[in-house]
Amino acid sequence: MKKLTLNGLIGGILIAVLLVTAAVGLFWTPFDPMKLSFTARLAAPGAAHLLGTDEFGRDVLSRLMVGARASVWIGALTVGFAVICGTLIGLISGYARGWVDGVIMAVNNALLAFPGILLALGLLAVFGANQYGIIFALGIAYTPSMARVVRGAVLSLREREFIEASRVMGNGELYTMLRHILPNCLAPITVLATSMFGWAILSESALSFLGLGVPPPAPTWGNMLAAGRPFLQQAAWLGLFPGLCIALTLLGINLLGDALRDKLDPRMRGLK
Amino acid sequence: MTTDKLLTVCGLSLEVAGSGHQVVKSVSFDLAPGEIFGIVGESGSGKTLATRSLISLLPPNITVTGGSVTYKGRDVLKLKEKELRHLRGAEIGVVFQEPMTSLNPSMTIGRQLEEGLVLHTKAPAQERRLRILDMLKRVGIRDPEGALASYPHEFSGGMRQRIMLASVMLLKPALLIADEPTTALDAVIQRDVMELMVELTRAEGTAVLLISHDLPMVARYTSRIVVMEKGAIVEQGRTEDLLTAPQHPYTRKLLSSLPFRGEPRRIDTSKAPMISAREIIVDYAGRKSLFRKNKPKRALHGVSIDIYEGEVVALVGGSGSGKTTLGRTIAGLVKEDEGRIQFQGRLRTENWADYRLNCQMVFQDPYSSLDPRMTIQALVEEALRLVPGLDGNAKRKRSLETLEEVGLGMEYAGRYPHELSGGQRQRVAIARAIARRPRFLIADEPVSALDVTVRAQVLDLFSDLQKRYGFSCLFISHDLGVVEQVADRVVVMQDGRIIEEGARDSIFDSPKEAYTRRLLSAIPALDQNENGGVTLKWRLEN
Repeated sequence: MKKLTLNGLIGGILIAVLLVTAAVGLFWTPFDPMKLSFTARLAAPGAAHLLGTDEFGRDVLSRLMVGARASVWIGALTVGFAVICGTLIGLISGYARGWVDGVIMAVNNALLAFPGILLALGLLAVFGANQYGIIFALGIAYTPSMARVVRGAVLSLREREFIEASRVMGNGELYTMLRHILPNCLAPITVLATSMFGWAILSESALSFLGLGVPPPAPTWGNMLAAGRPFLQQAAWLGLFPGLCIALTLLGINLLGDALRDKLDPRMRGLK
Repeated sequence: MTTDKLLTVCGLSLEVAGSGHQVVKSVSFDLAPGEIFGIVGESGSGKTLATRSLISLLPPNITVTGGSVTYKGRDVLKLKEKELRHLRGAEIGVVFQEPMTSLNPSMTIGRQLEEGLVLHTKAPAQERRLRILDMLKRVGIRDPEGALASYPHEFSGGMRQRIMLASVMLLKPALLIADEPTTALDAVIQRDVMELMVELTRAEGTAVLLISHDLPMVARYTSRIVVMEKGAIVEQGRTEDLLTAPQHPYTRKLLSSLPFRGEPRRIDTSKAPMISAREIIVDYAGRKSLFRKNKPKRALHGVSIDIYEGEVVALVGGSGSGKTTLGRTIAGLVKEDEGRIQFQGRLRTENWADYRLNCQMVFQDPYSSLDPRMTIQALVEEALRLVPGLDGNAKRKRSLETLEEVGLGMEYAGRYPHELSGGQRQRVAIARAIARRPRFLIADEPVSALDVTVRAQVLDLFSDLQKRYGFSCLFISHDLGVVEQVADRVVVMQDGRIIEEGARDSIFDSPKEAYTRRLLSAIPALDQNENGGVTLKWRLEN
């Protein structure tokens, strides 16, 4: 049996490169990402500046490396927040059913009906625009869809006979929930979480674009993309490279997520 | 080549494309017009694929590698798609196994039945309507006018299969392929649908190719049978010869796997019963809608049942009779609305933990009763989690021993359920239930989902374990053949009530209620002869 598929391998390499870049960016960058230089404004990619410079003469590569940290951090924490809260809410709602389910789902549906970005905007206005404000706001915006997916999986699982078998054995509700239901929900959770990671990075870009993201001059891929917009005609690299980073990261996360889901599923064992 | 044959299949071979794996190996048989012909085999024998190729409806990954299928002098395998479409439906009709999915749920019955007529005949609308109404009446639909505007979900499984039959027979095909037409139905309805099918096809002169795993059922209606195993025909001949003097070892194995009546046993009924349920009433809550609450539906109308130590009591009845609800109520999965259940002479609620340890259950579907993410050993060991006085090592040891007992050695311990066959999974489910050494076991249709030969093995295993550990058992089944083999006492249920109960032999030999008689008339009595063959006798037939 092959350990990972080709897709999984590609995804793994992309994510590994991203993590290493982000880690290196913490200690070392080719140039100081904040240092302005009027002599090297909008320099095209070349020997001196590998990926060119922006309108203030800051090195794009250095800024991307530092920005990677912020973007990955925001993406990971947002997804973590949504997965934990959403799974918990979904499990309780699907397992308890009855009025508990009714109330939770009513609130959940109200949140779902509200545009996520608008909700995040509102929350950011309250908590202030900084990294953790974004994570919190996006996390709350994504929790309802996770809760919904988990609840659906739980509802269909709890009708299966192995859940009844567990009850006949005398196992408690909590044990049954954690031992039998949760592990069988992993596949939809993994799939949704990997797509969410992508949405989170994009939403952070969107929020930065609207001026509510991580405040400048600290770089994130999102605000670099936004800042590059007015110069797209003279200096395409300003938009191109951050965009490419976001796209490749999403690709990597999705490929790796699919591979992980298959790997975690014993039913895929032994299948070619 | 003889021209009086309707269909001739010659040396047909199929394989999974690209893999070289042959799924049907050089199969040959022929059908005369108006003949009823049977193909018998277990799952994986290739019987369904072989018949699918008769109308070129093979799954895309299966290719024909040899042989010919000649229908009325034309080779079906060489026909163009357009010619095939004229053949399907108009000339060769098909009834599939699953009545729940073979009708389109979003189309009315009337429109579905009309479809074939519009495609294959030039009959005007008025005549189509009359023909449909006439056919619906013939298949026993009470209100044909009303049925036209109804949707499939408004009918029961048996009724749907009748409608399916009506839609096929409307076109008066020369050949009807019936692939496990009654497997999803319970015994009594199964027989009604079969009788109807035979009656209709006789009247129209339609030949029938009846495909099933159920040898007695096929034998009852066919004149000739082929037996398939692993893609090849192992034996074919006249039905009677094949049954009374089987030549091939596999045919003998199939015949010996049919359930036979076991030896009667003496059950000590002087002591208090192991389980005693009194006047159990269960209501299923009506569906709540916004403005009104529908009336609850009563599933059990005050049912009482006693099960003594070491006794196997069979609970039989059609679907909807309440037998499963009673089993689940005794298992504690459904809460009774009224009545009381005693375990060893005391109310079970007095010591629920003890009752839980001593009352276990085996479920019907071995595919959904095992957690797909746990290994076999973990599944069995989990059953021991709450047993007091066993440490981790002892639990592990006991779980492996129990697996050994059900015929699954060490090499299975680390596998996952999907890596096992249906029979092996049901063995795991049994191991899980007996690992605690319960005093009482509820088995809800434990062998219904299994193939004939596997069913025989699992039943033998069950009987062995029951003898060794002496647990009492409530054995729920709609298959009276199986019940005849394992039960000491039989309880018959209909519409949420017990209508008849008694010792097995007295129920099987001299049933009193009409419903019991109908149940019994659906299964044969078997007489084994010295050739390894059997004679089938249909009970209570005039």
